[in-house]
Amino acid sequence: MLATLIIVFRELIEAGLVVGIVLAATRGVAGRSLWVGYGVAAGLLGACMVALFAKGINAAMAGFGQEFFNAGVLLLAVLMLTWHNVWMAKHGREMAREMKSVGEAVSSGSRSLLALAIVVGIALLREGSEIVLFLYGIAVSGNETLANMVIGAAIGVVLGVGCTALTYFGLLRIPNRYLFLVTGWMIALLSAGMAAQAVAFLEQAQVVNRLGETAWHSGWLVSQDSITGKTLHTLVGYNESPTIMQVFTYLFTLLGTFALMKWVGGTPAKKMVLVRT
Amino acid sequence: MSITKKVLSLTAASMVFATVARAEDYVITLKGQEFSPANLTIPADKKVKITVKNTNPTAAEFESHELSREKVVGANSEISVFVGPVKAGTYGYFDDFQRDVAKGTITAQ
Repeated sequence: MLATLIIVFRELIEAGLVVGIVLAATRGVAGRSLWVGYGVAAGLLGACMVALFAKGINAAMAGFGQEFFNAGVLLLAVLMLTWHNVWMAKHGREMAREMKSVGEAVSSGSRSLLALAIVVGIALLREGSEIVLFLYGIAVSGNETLANMVIGAAIGVVLGVGCTALTYFGLLRIPNRYLFLVTGWMIALLSAGMAAQAVAFLEQAQVVNRLGETAWHSGWLVSQDSITGKTLHTLVGYNESPTIMQVFTYLFTLLGTFALMKWVGGTPAKKMVLVRT
Repeated sequence: MSITKKVLSLTAASMVFATVARAEDYVITLKGQEFSPANLTIPADKKVKITVKNTNPTAAEFESHELSREKVVGANSEISVFVGPVKAGTYGYFDDFQRDVAKGTITAQ
């Protein structure tokens, strides 16, 4: 039971954090719960499909289908996150205006909801498929009774949802006028981290070969095995032994996002603050 | 890696590079909670291909933070990953689905 609980919870930390950030970033947007719900449902369904077709995915691309698949969905998430931030840079101000006049719910933000729903779906898909494979293994091995496994998994899910709640309500403590600025930064960092991880998969499949030397080892300081390391890995893309190419990709994505935001909507900081006058 | 070596590998055609990588295949086998060899030796400063065979009836995930690698290995199947180039040293890896018990190391020299 404990093994199941720990694995389910650990895999859900990442997805839980992402959902929490997305919920905070779409605060006050009409219909966002529905869209996040769609994302969660699609992600869970996708996780089962990925686990079911794991063998086929693996065999594809000369045995490196897993890497191509992971890199692909990660890059799709990066695209969606960047699009959300750029969209906010352009429409953040009108959203703020509308929020003031209509009250809590605004409709103008709903257009970027699909992008974030896809991000939620991808987060659950990636982590969820590992949970499904693991639980299937436990069930097959018969080391644990079904009841114990279900209880362990259920507690793990509850803790994962708790992670989402903690992130969401923690972020809501930020004053309204800074909330979208903070979530904008978080989404940019999340996206940069995912881009670097996509590169790691491409290096693993020998698609990307340049600058593959390790840039640094910081595992002695913060191990990625620790809860702190795992959380930092999700939030800011922390990697204890990144390659030089991963570091470059990270910086390129981060700077690229801000450049795009500035190009489309003026100064990112000013545009994203909800000014209450 | 010395400058000469670097220049040599850069000038070498990519096809030649791929052939070299294929020729130097390393194998790790997971049986129960044991990886064998418990410590695999690979050359330092070189990209190598490592094949991980999972002989268990349950899925595993070959993962190493120190080598920045992770890949699911289905029940009774095998996968390959490219690792490195890494500096000389010892790097840990584990099976993410039984990470507290199933561990191994890779030494680059």
